[in-house]
Amino acid sequence: MSEQGQPSPAGFRARVGESAPLWLSPRTSSLRQLHPLPLRIMHWVNALAIFIMVGSGWRIYNDDVLFGWLHFPDFLVIGKWAQYGLQWHFLGMWIFAVNGLVYVTYGIVTGRFRQKLFPISPREVLATVGDALRLRLRHEDLTVYNAVQKILYLGVMLVGVLMVITGLCLWKPVQFSELADLFGNFQTIRLIHFLGMSAIMVFVLIHVTLALLVPQSLLAMLTGGPTVGDTLAVEPPLAESVAETTH
Amino acid sequence: MDDFNRRKVLRGALSLGALTLLTGCDVSEEDHVQKGLRAVSSWNDAVQATIFRPDHLAPTFSPAEVVKPPRFNAYFDIEDVKPIDGATWKLELVGLVNDKRPWTAQQIYQLPEQELIIRHICVEGWDYIGQWSGPNLRAFLMRVGADLKAKYVYFICNDDFTESIDMASALHPQTILATKYAGQLITDPFGYPLRLRTAVKLGYKNAKWIKAIEITNTFRETFWSKQGENWFAGI
Repeated sequence: MSEQGQPSPAGFRARVGESAPLWLSPRTSSLRQLHPLPLRIMHWVNALAIFIMVGSGWRIYNDDVLFGWLHFPDFLVIGKWAQYGLQWHFLGMWIFAVNGLVYVTYGIVTGRFRQKLFPISPREVLATVGDALRLRLRHEDLTVYNAVQKILYLGVMLVGVLMVITGLCLWKPVQFSELADLFGNFQTIRLIHFLGMSAIMVFVLIHVTLALLVPQSLLAMLTGGPTVGDTLAVEPPLAESVAETTH
Repeated sequence: MDDFNRRKVLRGALSLGALTLLTGCDVSEEDHVQKGLRAVSSWNDAVQATIFRPDHLAPTFSPAEVVKPPRFNAYFDIEDVKPIDGATWKLELVGLVNDKRPWTAQQIYQLPEQELIIRHICVEGWDYIGQWSGPNLRAFLMRVGADLKAKYVYFICNDDFTESIDMASALHPQTILATKYAGQLITDPFGYPLRLRTAVKLGYKNAKWIKAIEITNTFRETFWSKQGENWFAGI
């Protein structure tokens, strides 16, 4: 492909928005909500999948703990026996993986990832962290993610991918031995899978705390949130990201 | 039947009672959930059979990495192992097999041996490297004229314990009828005189104290699958 032939990043975004099917596009007039319906469904399906995977994962963990000091109490785990925990885990994996795949495809095809999560500038990250530490985070406009949000959302998605890959390696260490070898031996992969779970739990803790502190953000994930037309706050997110890429 | 299981059943009854108190749901609802989860488990059996690579070899290790003795695993404690008398023991052959003459231990020791230094992975999460040897199962099945197109190989063991594997896994190059561990006859707790050792299944599928091998196309639940463990249990 020639350099001249390539559309600018902003142009590319606009084009993707136009060519995407109506029901997929977050920017067509009828679906101009912050969180279109398909996205909300995927969010809550994912929440359910995480609930199943973590609860049953803790049950499975308890059968042979990685750390002598850590056992998950019975009232927190899913599956009254280990084999029931495994049954739940191997049901949840399909929900998590299939929903995750649809979500990533959706995020790329509709341009939502580009629009909401990029670009991330290091300067902005430092500034937002500073604001957060001084408890000065602004959240009157739900439609624009700050740099810390962008990093957290992107990071937890990458951890999710890591969980699917390490999960496959634990489930089929022989069939996928080439993949498993990239991570190390069986116990190392268990440890990585455990740390991935821990990272997701830290994310969930921050995410849920902030959602409860800013209830309109929780509401937005249920009802779809503000539409571009009736937000008092600012310009539509697309215009904003275009402006950012052009200076 | 045994302590471990009684404990499990008791624990199950307790939490089931607690669940009933909390939600007001009864045991049949619990069975309903279990039915759904087992349907998913069967679907996962089919997925595992599909992604199984018949010629793909599991990683092998050096004798220096072998753990001695092997780690004990069964549904009962090691003190409760009932030793088999190797002098009178015979391996019976049942089902779709041409030559059903039983085998004595001495006859089996005459067969060519294959050694496997492979990782044992328990469904609980632990693992160790073991050094097993004995006749290759595929070679043995061919020798007795078993129907290699049949679907399942069943192992009927001491105390009516049963376990079964799919034919593709039975024919995998790293599936053997083990008689020795680290060059010595397997001791009582680990399945003397004959046990299955395959590199492509979780630990619990490796039947110990085998009394009979049956080749069949009929699926029957096994000791562990009845308890809700996944039947295919490939790794």
